[in-house]
Amino acid sequence: MDPITLLTVVVLSVFVGFEVVSKVTSILHTPLMSGANAIHGIILIGAIIVAGQADDPWVLVIALLAVVLATANLVGGFVVTDRMLQMFRGRGSVTATAKASGLKGGAQ
Amino acid sequence: MSLISPEWTALLYLVSAVCFILALKGLSSPRSARRGNLIGAGGALLAVVTVFLSAKLDNIPYILIAIVVGTAIAAPIARRVQMTQMPQLVAGFNGVGGGAAALVAVLELSHNSDPWVRLAIVFTMLVGAVSFGGSAVTVAKLQELISTRPLVFPGMRWVSILVVVAALTAGGVVIATGSIGWASVLLVLGLGAGLMLVLPVGGADVPIVISLLNAFTGLAVAASGVVLGNVLLVVAGTLVGASGTILTRAMASAMGRGVSGIMFGAFRGGSTAGSTVQSERPVRSMEPDDVAVLLGYAQRVVIVPGYGLAVAQGQHAIAELATALEARGTEVVFAIHPVAGRMPGHMNVLLAEANVPYESLKEMAEVNPEFKNTDVALVVGANDVVNPAAKTSPGSPIFGMPILEVGDASQVVFLKRSMRPGFAGIENELLYDPKTALLFGDAKDSLTKVLTAVKAL
Repeated sequence: MDPITLLTVVVLSVFVGFEVVSKVTSILHTPLMSGANAIHGIILIGAIIVAGQADDPWVLVIALLAVVLATANLVGGFVVTDRMLQMFRGRGSVTATAKASGLKGGAQ
Repeated sequence: MSLISPEWTALLYLVSAVCFILALKGLSSPRSARRGNLIGAGGALLAVVTVFLSAKLDNIPYILIAIVVGTAIAAPIARRVQMTQMPQLVAGFNGVGGGAAALVAVLELSHNSDPWVRLAIVFTMLVGAVSFGGSAVTVAKLQELISTRPLVFPGMRWVSILVVVAALTAGGVVIATGSIGWASVLLVLGLGAGLMLVLPVGGADVPIVISLLNAFTGLAVAASGVVLGNVLLVVAGTLVGASGTILTRAMASAMGRGVSGIMFGAFRGGSTAGSTVQSERPVRSMEPDDVAVLLGYAQRVVIVPGYGLAVAQGQHAIAELATALEARGTEVVFAIHPVAGRMPGHMNVLLAEANVPYESLKEMAEVNPEFKNTDVALVVGANDVVNPAAKTSPGSPIFGMPILEVGDASQVVFLKRSMRPGFAGIENELLYDPKTALLFGDAKDSLTKVLTAVKAL
């Protein structure tokens, strides 16, 4: 890819990133961090490309290690973010789940 | 074999990038956040399918096995981890992402002779390795596998400078020669630099370190996108870099200190390790029944939770107390300081887990003007974030840190384990104020007693 196109993409992404992230409510800063974490797990596609082009067994082993690490990052990141976000409930839906939590609270 | 054309590939990657932006945009409100995260996950899935369809790939069975292994390791951990352990988990995932980026960059070295691409490769390797090494130390500190106090040894500053100079030299050699041997040296030095970066940081400053390392991994992934000529990696990495940078700055300003002061504070001796002076001045202590009366007949109560609450596992008890007070017609809100917890926004997650509705969670700027109209401020397991010394005594280590102005409320009740000062080791004048009362004991115990008494009113 030519350097100017790449630079254009980088600069615009920086602005989009700052714009979008500065609007995130501070209540959700932890999910923001774990969600952003999940997004950088997309290095997985880079790992898949190098593993798919490996012709030397050692290169393949290292590339597959990168695939394992990146998958862990990507899958784990989205799963844990989803788990956190489903706990954020509004006033209306809290009463519906209050019973369940009441039981849990009693058991502790 | 490529099943789809480069144009379609670029188009599908563009859709994935938009999904990632929507995922972050969804986080502007708790209502849209979960859907946004699912859109982001969909975008990631689309990108992975696209790479299989578009690139000429050998070894596909091995790759698929590696993906299954990675999922099998991470998914159960992500499902079971306790919310108090979230900072460790996020730091851990961050580290493995940085490690993956560094490994990808090493393997690309033999395909590239262009010096600019090699520069991007060296950058990815170095920053990815720093992120991996630093995250490993962060996880160890948070799990208390090693001491949470700043770890410094004599001459550490010089060793750090040496490591950085050596790493830059190795990077230069790699750019010039493309040698895999030197690349390995660079990786090891990067890991060392990561260790040296985080070891001197005290436990209370870990939220900043997590944010900073998150930004590092984002930058490493963006640089790897430059290496591979992949726009999706560039966009995704840059987005993460932006979020990490914003959070790092937000945390630093919430502590009233510069980022460099936190990262290098231990070298200068101005770290958060504090004294443990105890004062003999009299305080007004209160019994749970009296606290219950005070709360039960108040119009408006603001609860200020600190990490001490989470340590005592008192989130559920305090959520029940809030519900009981609301049932009596008292208005209850939670005032969350940005650094309450072990990572940005941590306290909100802990309270959400205990079924506190998100409408009740108020951030500092929103709640501070409201303390004037508050009958009782209930401070549970927090100290430094409500300490007026941050505003009044220029010599104190927390001077300049924005605080929750609980002193403006008509009455203040502290639930405290003892009179020991907080993390920063500074006396809190508010404890001796005539309108302040203290209820001593374990936070969960005290809350349960107060709850029982409120229900009996």
